[in-house]
Amino acid sequence: MIQYLSGRLLATIPVVFGVTLAVFSMLFLIPGDPVKMMLSEFQTTPQQIARMRAQLHLDEPFVAQYGRFVWNALHGNLGTSIRDHRPVAQEILEVFPDTVELAVAALAVAATLGIGLGVLASLRQNTWVDVGSMMVALLGVSMPSFWLALVLVFVFSLRLGLFPASGGGGLSHLVLPAFALGLGAAAIIARLTRSSMLDVLRMEYMNTARAKGLDDRTVVLRHGLHNALIPIVTVFGLQFGNLLAGTVIIETVFGRPGVGQLVVSAILNKDFPLVQGVVLFIAVGYVLVNLLVDVVYAIVDPRVRYG
Amino acid sequence: MADALAPGQASGRDRARTRWTLLLPRVRRHKGLLIGLGIVLFLLLVALFQNTLAPQNPIQINILYALQGPGPAHWMGTDQYGRDVYSRVVHGSRISLSVGAISVGIAATAGTAVGLVAGYYGGPLDNLLMRIIDVLLAFPGILLALGIVSLLGPSLHNLMIAVGTAGIPLYARLVRGCVLVAREQLYVEAARAIGVPVRMILARHILPNVVAPIIVAATLGMGTAILSAASLSFIGLGSQPPTPEWGRMLSEGRDYLRGAWWISTFPGLAIMLTVLGVNLLGDGLRDVLDPRLRI
Repeated sequence: MIQYLSGRLLATIPVVFGVTLAVFSMLFLIPGDPVKMMLSEFQTTPQQIARMRAQLHLDEPFVAQYGRFVWNALHGNLGTSIRDHRPVAQEILEVFPDTVELAVAALAVAATLGIGLGVLASLRQNTWVDVGSMMVALLGVSMPSFWLALVLVFVFSLRLGLFPASGGGGLSHLVLPAFALGLGAAAIIARLTRSSMLDVLRMEYMNTARAKGLDDRTVVLRHGLHNALIPIVTVFGLQFGNLLAGTVIIETVFGRPGVGQLVVSAILNKDFPLVQGVVLFIAVGYVLVNLLVDVVYAIVDPRVRYG
Repeated sequence: MADALAPGQASGRDRARTRWTLLLPRVRRHKGLLIGLGIVLFLLLVALFQNTLAPQNPIQINILYALQGPGPAHWMGTDQYGRDVYSRVVHGSRISLSVGAISVGIAATAGTAVGLVAGYYGGPLDNLLMRIIDVLLAFPGILLALGIVSLLGPSLHNLMIAVGTAGIPLYARLVRGCVLVAREQLYVEAARAIGVPVRMILARHILPNVVAPIIVAATLGMGTAILSAASLSFIGLGSQPPTPEWGRMLSEGRDYLRGAWWISTFPGLAIMLTVLGVNLLGDGLRDVLDPRLRI
């Protein structure tokens, strides 16, 4: 296990460095002068442009700049926002809990609905329950999250007045965004759960469990779902990463504070240090979540670490 | 003599015919595939004949007719500028399908080229290319597209480049995996032994073996590409006004949700129908062409 873990950890290091190089290079891929582009909406003098260039160390060689970027990032310094003149890391950390809260709530929605629908469909294979559940799942995959968000706001906020339409705060502010974000992932989990359950339900040990006289509930939940969940664990992790990224859209729709809304406003404001910081933060987070998924998978299914 | 076919040509044609003879009954039996195909063909026809189906100018502002509900004059109502929502939805079909097709085209072409080269040559080149792909995979798709749009600036053109680039890793990985298997086959070894150039081996012997998974991935990827593009347009980082793009239209209508639900509802339904059609078609093609991948 330790050998597997250390191998997996070592493989992550070059990827993280690759991510830092890609994010750092963003500034050099901007067509034209990045400083002029960033300050295009301000009245600036050549001295101010030169000062900004020096502040961003753009007058140094590429390697020196990259080295400084990585060194600073390793020390938690992601630069300073051009608009607010505040440390980027501080801006991210202020809103990050809100984003995690939304992603976790969306994952809870996805897991509950997805596993529920998937198990139901597999137990009633080829009946209208199965077809209906999978149709719902297909619609869930095809529905744009931002449109679902607007539909939820229209019905549950504007018409029924049950939940607030926008803003952050308590649990009531979390319900609609979590559903809007989680439904797509629920659809994917439902399809996978159904297929995984159908495989498991055909296994000999299911017959053995029934032959022992166990009731249906125990057979399905303890012997069926317990084994069927192994491949689903991986999808949970991958979906959590996608949900973190999906908050970019949902936070904007609901006007919720969060990393997603921060990056969108940074792009619209051409605040590149902030864009770089947020993109680096989310990408490294995504890599770490994937690493965690692999570790959990290796714990749940020993074949992975000996494979 | 002129009518005589070379042996290679005749067997190739026969092979293709046999493959279709085998596939066609499976296609006919697959209801989902047929429904998906029907939706996609319908949308293609709408996109092709948009001027006949919706003769009203989709960007013509007419404040006198602003915010009118669906009725005989305007089937899907009008928006806050008095523009006909039906015309905008119909004209939006060409934009969304083009964005989806071009983005997937960029992703599939670049990804296939990388996958072919990496898989066939192996060694340090494979290692380098795959590490680059690993780095691209470290970014969630929408974030990568977002980063690229932030560099190039928000426009429909840049949106396609961004969504296309974000899709490259999927095809590169997929094709590389198939090539690793195909390059060890006896016929590839035989072609190498008789001195067939690498370019020809890749194009004529290996590529045909990876086409089926690429078609499946491209069809399914088109749904994702259309959704990503609409999402970015929705938050203002894609198409710009007054382009009748569905994501943008949804965004423009969200401030009028309480009184004029139709502005956002119809473009939303259009996106969902398109993605549903493409997904059904993709799922169906996967079942027919490569049943092992069925979920």
